[in-house]
Amino acid sequence: MSRATLLRGGRIVDPSQDLDAVADLLIEEGKVAAVGVRVDIGTRDDVDVVDCARLVVSPGFIDVHCHLREPGREDVETIASGARAAAAGGFTAVCAMPNTNPVTDNQAAVGFIVRQATRAGAARVYPIGAISVGQLGEALAEIGEMVGAGAVAVSDDGKPVASAHLMRTALEYARTFGIPVADHCEEPTLAKGGAMNEGVVSARLGLKGIPSEAEEIMAIRDILLARRTGGHVHLCHMSTRGSVELIRWGKERDIAVTAEVCPHHISLTEDEVEGYETNAKMNPPLRTASDVEALQQAVRDGTIDVIATDHAPHHYDEKEREFADAPNGIVGFETALAVNVTWLVARGIIDVPMLVEKMSCAPARVFKLPGGSLRRGALADVTVFDPDAEWVVEPTRFRSKGRNTPYAGKRLRGRVHLTFVDGRVIHRLSE
Amino acid sequence: MSAVPTPLGKDLLGLEPLTGEQITLILDTAEPFKEISERAIKKVPTLRGATIVNLFFEASTRTRISFEFAEKRLSADTVNVASSGSSVQKGETLVDTARNLEAMRIDMVVIRHGASGAAQFLAERIESNVINAGDGTHEHPTQGLLDLLTLRDHFGKIAGLKVCIVGDVLHSRVARSNLWGLKKLGAEVGVCGPRSLLPNAIDDLDVVVFEHIEDAIGWADALNILRLQLERMTAGYIPSLREYNRVFGVSRERLDRAERNVLILHPGPMNRGVEIDSDVADGPFSVILDQVTNGVAVRMAVLYLLSGGKPELAEAAKGGGSR
Repeated sequence: MSRATLLRGGRIVDPSQDLDAVADLLIEEGKVAAVGVRVDIGTRDDVDVVDCARLVVSPGFIDVHCHLREPGREDVETIASGARAAAAGGFTAVCAMPNTNPVTDNQAAVGFIVRQATRAGAARVYPIGAISVGQLGEALAEIGEMVGAGAVAVSDDGKPVASAHLMRTALEYARTFGIPVADHCEEPTLAKGGAMNEGVVSARLGLKGIPSEAEEIMAIRDILLARRTGGHVHLCHMSTRGSVELIRWGKERDIAVTAEVCPHHISLTEDEVEGYETNAKMNPPLRTASDVEALQQAVRDGTIDVIATDHAPHHYDEKEREFADAPNGIVGFETALAVNVTWLVARGIIDVPMLVEKMSCAPARVFKLPGGSLRRGALADVTVFDPDAEWVVEPTRFRSKGRNTPYAGKRLRGRVHLTFVDGRVIHRLSE
Repeated sequence: MSAVPTPLGKDLLGLEPLTGEQITLILDTAEPFKEISERAIKKVPTLRGATIVNLFFEASTRTRISFEFAEKRLSADTVNVASSGSSVQKGETLVDTARNLEAMRIDMVVIRHGASGAAQFLAERIESNVINAGDGTHEHPTQGLLDLLTLRDHFGKIAGLKVCIVGDVLHSRVARSNLWGLKKLGAEVGVCGPRSLLPNAIDDLDVVVFEHIEDAIGWADALNILRLQLERMTAGYIPSLREYNRVFGVSRERLDRAERNVLILHPGPMNRGVEIDSDVADGPFSVILDQVTNGVAVRMAVLYLLSGGKPELAEAAKGGGSR
């Protein structure tokens, strides 16, 4: 019989049962065995007791949007390195986007990711299948078979679905399997060749801009298609004030739309690009202070359901080049909590329960995944973090193979101490 | 040589980072260098022993030749690297190219590159002085400087002048360098061109925007007419060169309608009959060839100042005195 763990005296924050109290939590046999002000273990000697005073104990974080690069770019990240990095960031489960090489667009490819994840034994990895064969935006991929093999959503993320007809069909077809269509909103002809937000900074730097409307046009197109089809559209990495208004419009009409925002879009602006900083290059791009403010408020008022990382590791060499030619994306697992705490919680925009809702409960609900709760009998996927600890981001200490982050050297608040999956420790903070 | 602190800093990447005083210093330093090019023996020993690499990743005739004359007239040793036939064609990255140049112990690099920010990228990675000879659609500072010098020669000052930049501002590095340079020296800047070829955020750049070329001509003391790249038509920014000429072309007829004479600048190469008519380019108020002449002097001044030359010794330097 395996040993049990008692998390003693932590602040247990679990919005799924409206719980926010200092209490003990007992993990046994991979499940939450008991939650109480004082869980008595008597004279049992098979229990490891962990002092959690001044720490938050929450259901494990779930990231519905990441890129693990395997198969195809194992030099940049593998499912194993990605799952360990996720664990270090407090994530007990992550959803891997299908823009691998070859593309994850069939049941065999989905099965490969499931097997690699099991072998890694760190954070859970749920595959997301492609919407279209080869992510080419033409023929629908075999969504039913992919779901059978373990896919939890479909997406052509990294590439927009240019054809409104294909998006409509995907939303209709995915309904049968009860999965969301995760939507990379980018009107390709407007965004073509763009390297950063279109505005005064792009005008000064002489970089081709991507206007907000490139995102907003697709966001409203697909909200309308969700209304037409009844399918569930999940809008990925929303970055503009206008998108927030469009999502709000859709939700007010009970359209099946959910939305995510990334930590970088609620914290940084296009000013980070000054000096042609390629670690501030991502798609969608960093926008303006007005957009950041709107997105922060949208997290608070529920217009944005989920915070997801869009973890996108790249090789050092690929970012060490001319801005226009550098690839989009930054790593996100190991800074997500701290960025969210620093820019949302510490500034009083949201409280810790709301943070846990956005990083754990809502992702589980929106993608219909296990986890997101610490009810008795629930899966013991648990994250323990210090919401007040300050630390300086040192990319060389990342578990991810990627080092590409705009937060390098920044002092952030909020640090993960322990991550449990199935009651087993998959990450422990080491100083 | 590169360790010497200079009044311009290590590099010349653009005019936006410079102060008005620094820009004026370059223009003042260019004055004594103008005369060298008028001599029978156009050479002074000012940069003797200095090694300069002209690294041109984009085709260029006048800028490259102008830099080369400036370097040679200062007695520097120069090497030209063009993108075709170089290691760049073999897939070498810009950072590797930079490191290899550095390993050869060079003193300065003049870089022309198709990517905005390429000059800064290089400058941050090597100790040699870097001079931006045009990076993507960002800046072309020596062009901006030679335009300023030409305006100053003609009007005696820059402050208070009204200068309108005409044409494809969106894609023009010349436009950006002019914009910053003119504003820092106290000129008023206008822009005129089809809205599809102006930055969307133009109103945030503190310039006067003219929808009609006639209005721009009526307002301006000088027009700086940008080259219209032919590919703007195929990319859908404008319907045709013919219509562009009809709506935005600077013609003798349009200039004649203005109440005063307007000075005409063009960075070249010109598309005669598109953005500028021949009788304007060749007309009495055109200073287009003066710009080219001033280009050499301005570049000599930049090379001199970045090499550690003392501004107050520029007059002596042209005679080969100590520096």
